[in-house]
Parts: sequence; C-alpha cells; structure tokens
Amino acid sequence: MSETNTAAGYLDMDLLRFTTAGSVDDGKSTLIGRLLYDSKAIFEDQLEAVEKSSKSRGDENVNLALLTDGLRSEREQGITIDVAYRYFATPKRKFIIADTPGHIQYTRNMVTGASTANLAILLVDARKGVIEQTCRHAFIANLLRIQHVVVCVNKMDLVDWDEATYNAIVEDFKKFASRLDNIVEVTFIPASALLGDNIVNKSKHMPWYQGPALLYHLETVYIGADENHIDARLPIQWVIRPHSDKWHDFRGFAGRIAGGVFKPGDPVKVLPSGFESTIKSIQTMDGELEEAFAPMSVALTLNDEIDVSRGDMLVKLNNSPEPTQEIEAMICWFSSDKKLAGRGKFIMRHTEKEVKALVKEVRYKVNINTLHKIEDDLVFSHNDIGRISLHASAPLMADSYSRNRITGSFILIDEQTNETVAAGMIL
Amino acid sequence: MHQDYTITHLKQLESEAIYILRETAAQFEKPVLLFSGGKDSIVMAHLARKAFYPSRLPFPLMHVDTGHNFIETMEYRDRYVADLGAELVVASVQDAIDAGKVTEETGPNASRNGLQTVALLEGLEAGQYDAALGGGRRDEEKARAKERFFSHRDSLGQWDPKNQRPELWNIFNGRKQHGEHFRVFPLSNWTEMDIWQYIKLENIELPSLYFSHVRPCFERNGVIMAVTDFIELLPEESATVKDMRVRFRTIGDATCTGAALSDAADLDAIIGEVAAARQTERGTRADDKRSETAMEDRKKEGYF
Repeated sequence: MSETNTAAGYLDMDLLRFTTAGSVDDGKSTLIGRLLYDSKAIFEDQLEAVEKSSKSRGDENVNLALLTDGLRSEREQGITIDVAYRYFATPKRKFIIADTPGHIQYTRNMVTGASTANLAILLVDARKGVIEQTCRHAFIANLLRIQHVVVCVNKMDLVDWDEATYNAIVEDFKKFASRLDNIVEVTFIPASALLGDNIVNKSKHMPWYQGPALLYHLETVYIGADENHIDARLPIQWVIRPHSDKWHDFRGFAGRIAGGVFKPGDPVKVLPSGFESTIKSIQTMDGELEEAFAPMSVALTLNDEIDVSRGDMLVKLNNSPEPTQEIEAMICWFSSDKKLAGRGKFIMRHTEKEVKALVKEVRYKVNINTLHKIEDDLVFSHNDIGRISLHASAPLMADSYSRNRITGSFILIDEQTNETVAAGMIL
Repeated sequence: MHQDYTITHLKQLESEAIYILRETAAQFEKPVLLFSGGKDSIVMAHLARKAFYPSRLPFPLMHVDTGHNFIETMEYRDRYVADLGAELVVASVQDAIDAGKVTEETGPNASRNGLQTVALLEGLEAGQYDAALGGGRRDEEKARAKERFFSHRDSLGQWDPKNQRPELWNIFNGRKQHGEHFRVFPLSNWTEMDIWQYIKLENIELPSLYFSHVRPCFERNGVIMAVTDFIELLPEESATVKDMRVRFRTIGDATCTGAALSDAADLDAIIGEVAAARQTERGTRADDKRSETAMEDRKKEGYF
C-alpha cells in the first residue's frame, strides 16, 4: 500500500473493471473478501460491523457477503439481489468489481455488470467441475463481449491439490468455450480462496502450476487494446455555446469518444446529415489537446459552421457506419412485469439518441444452459435472451456490437412505465 | 506518438463524471447541483466547470442549510460560488422549522441532520428541479454500494432500492412521470483516495476544516465533537472539553460531524493518512451509528 500514496505511483495507475459471478457456495465472497482485505480496501469499522451482524445472525464464520449485501431485504434473506460495486487498488492498478449474484433468476444483473467489464472471473468448484452455471456465466461474458476471462478453479484444497483434476476441468471448459467467439483470452488458475493459495500469493501446494496468482494476473493483464481505436466515433451529447464576449462564436461539440482517434485537422463528417468539415481544435479546461481517443470526454470545434446537435455523430470521412432503421440484435429481457410476445412498441435509446422502435419479430430465444436455440416458445419474459429484428423511427448510426460496445448497444424503454425493459446488442 | 491509447484511472473517472454531468444537463429540464461545501461536492462542481467549459454551469447550486454550519464552510461556500459565477439557491432547515413544517429534536443528541431531507425536498419542489446532482460515492457506505448513477425517486422523493433501473454501458434512462425526480451521482465510482488524489492533481482549494488545526473539542460515544454554539454539552462532558489538534474527514452539520485527531496539515499528509486509515470516513459520522441500516432508511425517505 505504501507505494499507492506516492503521487507518481497513484497517478500512473490505470483502471480494470471486472465482474465476478458465482454462487456463495463457490467461495465467491471469500475470494472477494480476500482481495479486498489483503489490499486493505476493507476498513476496521466495516469489518467490526460485519462481525457483529454475522454473530447476531448466528453465522459460524464472518460472512463477508454482508460487506456488499447492504440492503435490508438482502440481509434478511441472506441473498444478493443486485449488482454490488466494490473498489480496491494495488500499487499497479485500480479495480472496480461488479459483483453479481449467480442464481439463474438474476441473469439481468450479470448482463448489467458485464456491460462495462474488461474481464470476468468465473469461479469453478474443483469438486464439481464445469457445471451449467459455469457455462451460463461464460455465455453471458461472451455475449457482452468481455474480452478477458479468468477461470478460477477454486477449492483445490478439497481435491488434494490434484493436477489431474484441474487439467480435466481445463479441458472441459476449453471444449465448451470453443463455441464462444468474442472471448479473446482465457486464463486458468487453480486456487483456494479460503487458504489464500494463488489469490494474492503463489501457492506452495501446487508446484505443478507455472502461471501467476490471480492478483498478479489482474494487475498485469493487457487491456490497452480493449477499446476500439480504429473507427472514430463521437456521439454528440451537448453543444457548448458560451455566448460570452471572449467566446463569442465558440461552438463546442461535446461528448465521450466511443472509438478511434481524433486530431485537429482531421476531415470529419456529421451523421446523419452528411455535412463535412475539419476539426479545428480539441478543447478542455486544461487547454487544447493534440489528440483525443476513447473513453475521453472532450469538446471539438470545427472549421465550418454546420448544424450539429445532440444525437448526431461525428465520424471520419472514410470510415462511417451506414445510418440504418432496420436492426438485428440479441437482447436480454429485464422486465419482471411485462413480457414481449411477437411485436411491441418501445422507446429506444442508442448512444445519445432516443427514437421509437417497433420490434417486428422474435427470431429465437437461447437456452443459456445448453446454448440451444428455442424456436417453439418466442415470448420473452424476465431474464430471457434471444434474437429480434426491429425497426427504428429514425436512422441510427450503429456499428455491430462486436466492433464497438458503445455504438453497438441500446436499451428498450416501456412507454408507459419508463422502465428499462431490455438491453440490446446489435449484430 | 502513443504506443498505446490508455488514460490513467483518475482521467477515466473524470471522463465518466463529465459524461454524467453533461447527460444530466441534456436529459433534464431543470437540474440542480447539491453543494455542501464538502470535498465531494467541491470536486463535483469542479468537474461541472470542466464539462461545460468555456460556458458557465447550465444549472444552479443548491445548499441545504441546516443552520448549524461551521463558519469556515460558509466562508468557503460564498467565495467559491462567487468565483464560479454560479447561482446559489439555499434550502433552509431553519425556514422549515419556522414554518412549522418540521419539529426540531431536543436534548443533547439533537441533530438537524434528519430535517435536511425535508428542506431538500421542499427546495427541489419550490424550484421545480427535476434532477439533483449529489456527490455520493458507492464506497462510502454499504447502502450506497447499489446506488445507480441515475437514481429514480417517486413523487414523494422516496428511493425504492429493490426496483432500480439497470444501467448498462454509457446509456442512462432519465425518463420520468410528472412530479418525479432523479438523484444523479457522477462520483459513484470514486473512492475517498481518488477524491484526495484528484484534489491534489487539479490543485483544488478546500475549506480549512479539512486540515489539522487546534480547537476546543469533547468526546461523545467515542466520537470527537467540536464545541460549537449548536451543541448542548452534558455536565460530565463539559469537564472533558479541551483543545485538541484535529481535522475533519467529512464536513456536515456541526452537531453530528465528528473530528479526528490529526497532524495532517497539507494534502500529502492527508493522502498518507487516508492510505494508512483503518476506519472509513463515515466512521466519524454520528448519524450513521444509530442503526445498521440507518443510511438506507434515511435514503429511502429522500436523504442524499
């Protein structure tokens, strides 16, 4: 920890967002607890409070899940009902954990947690091997395009640290994962979260394992290529017009870059209008920048006075998505009150643009345990995943989700309740 | 040329917060930024300046004023708002008491903290604000760990933690019925350490209360409290009043904000202290100690 408080160390750190999925039985809370505790992200008063409530619940051991399960109903029922975000840092990196419950009815939470993650930790109980839940988690990680997956084979202490058992699990998972094409890299780590083997420190019990401990992997896995730095995309959020004497004619087109690199002088095009100009400057309060890339929030000025407003997109001349109103997508259905049967009208939010959308057809649903297509039951209810086609009331500047997570994603909103009823990934 | 296009985690957090601030300005008709003079709201206001530079802020600041402020906070607030050229709206707990809308607690543990909720909701309604930007962070307290960036409140200002809208990618759903509003938390993913490091990186000025100073204090329920005009001392406490070298890790109502013994007189010393700390900053807040889910209960009713 001492290095993190030196300015240089802290200011050099980058950020890794990861999800953990698994049930309490897999030792997930123990694993997170160990990462947090060993990196000093758990404080004395938090630990005291957890010890106190573990005791009053009659738990034998300190239940670390109580650290994250803060809502009264969760504590009462002893379950995690929502994504919990936890934070810790080592001298190398800052980490954001989206901790999601593993039960099947909470697919929606796993999808939510996965949408912003660089990496997913899948916990496998060494005694049980690859089970349905493992496949489900891997499928969702792949669907949401998490590029780095760690399969953590936990509870190795309960199988006598046996190499053959571990190898069999690795082979099993590889066979299954060959069908998942978005995952760039899978890392296997044998561990015991309870005893701390291969979590922060390398295990002395498994000399046959040559790889790194989990924390070292999390600190060093290369994520510099996770963002798309090829296709330049700036969805416009807000137009800055100061109307002051000093900045009389200033018009800054503000947004968070969704892909590619922008530089002053670059020829650009506004979508959907098609007007062309060149970048005059990249403005920030700290001065002008020489270049800007994802995921920076910036404001660009252009050399020509052209009409640009919220919901438009700035792209490079020779690399632009084709504005389209017909969309094919995978969706995850979130609503527990409403179902989607066949056709349906919704509000659709894609980047900064809000349009009406008509779901024209449900193509199929997916059984996320077997990965088989379901074609005889096409009604989407809570936690269902499948493929639809929809028509948008105005052109969308969409890329495929596999190319860009920001310009390739959308949500559907119920017109009456304003509830977010589905999340979509464009094919 | 860059070898690879990456930015530091503080820059990522900054970019995310600026995105949320711009999204709030765009999606709501009349947002307001809750400004307490505490470090989190100061960082949030600083990020708002960056988000809309070179324009002024497209929304006013609101101070929910319990009337029990440290003098240092008020001085800082007035100077900061003047520098920013922003509009300041004050939602006053004293006014709510005078109007008979709330009854003040009495006795030595009396605090106006709970009454802030009433003043806040009144203030939002009076100004017809439909989004209130708050400096809350998920690492502060376990009930906040599941808070959304865009947090929906019903027409009574209440939070329903079991029925929150999922938030995916960069997409935020701020749609609402008439009379409902949102709380928006741009600093959700920041930790206390991130806040301090960012203050140092950006050279942001803070109220002097955050730095070590000597003042008369006493102990109550294991918490060090400053002697102010707003706290009634018990007889046995009066005897224990003495000058202590302290600083404040959070700044709130003077009746329920505890101090910490500290020699940390500058940012580097504070950062060192935060790194070594074994207590969360809310550990010095007397209001959270009332019960295990004290924070959730207050939030459900409309607390920040």
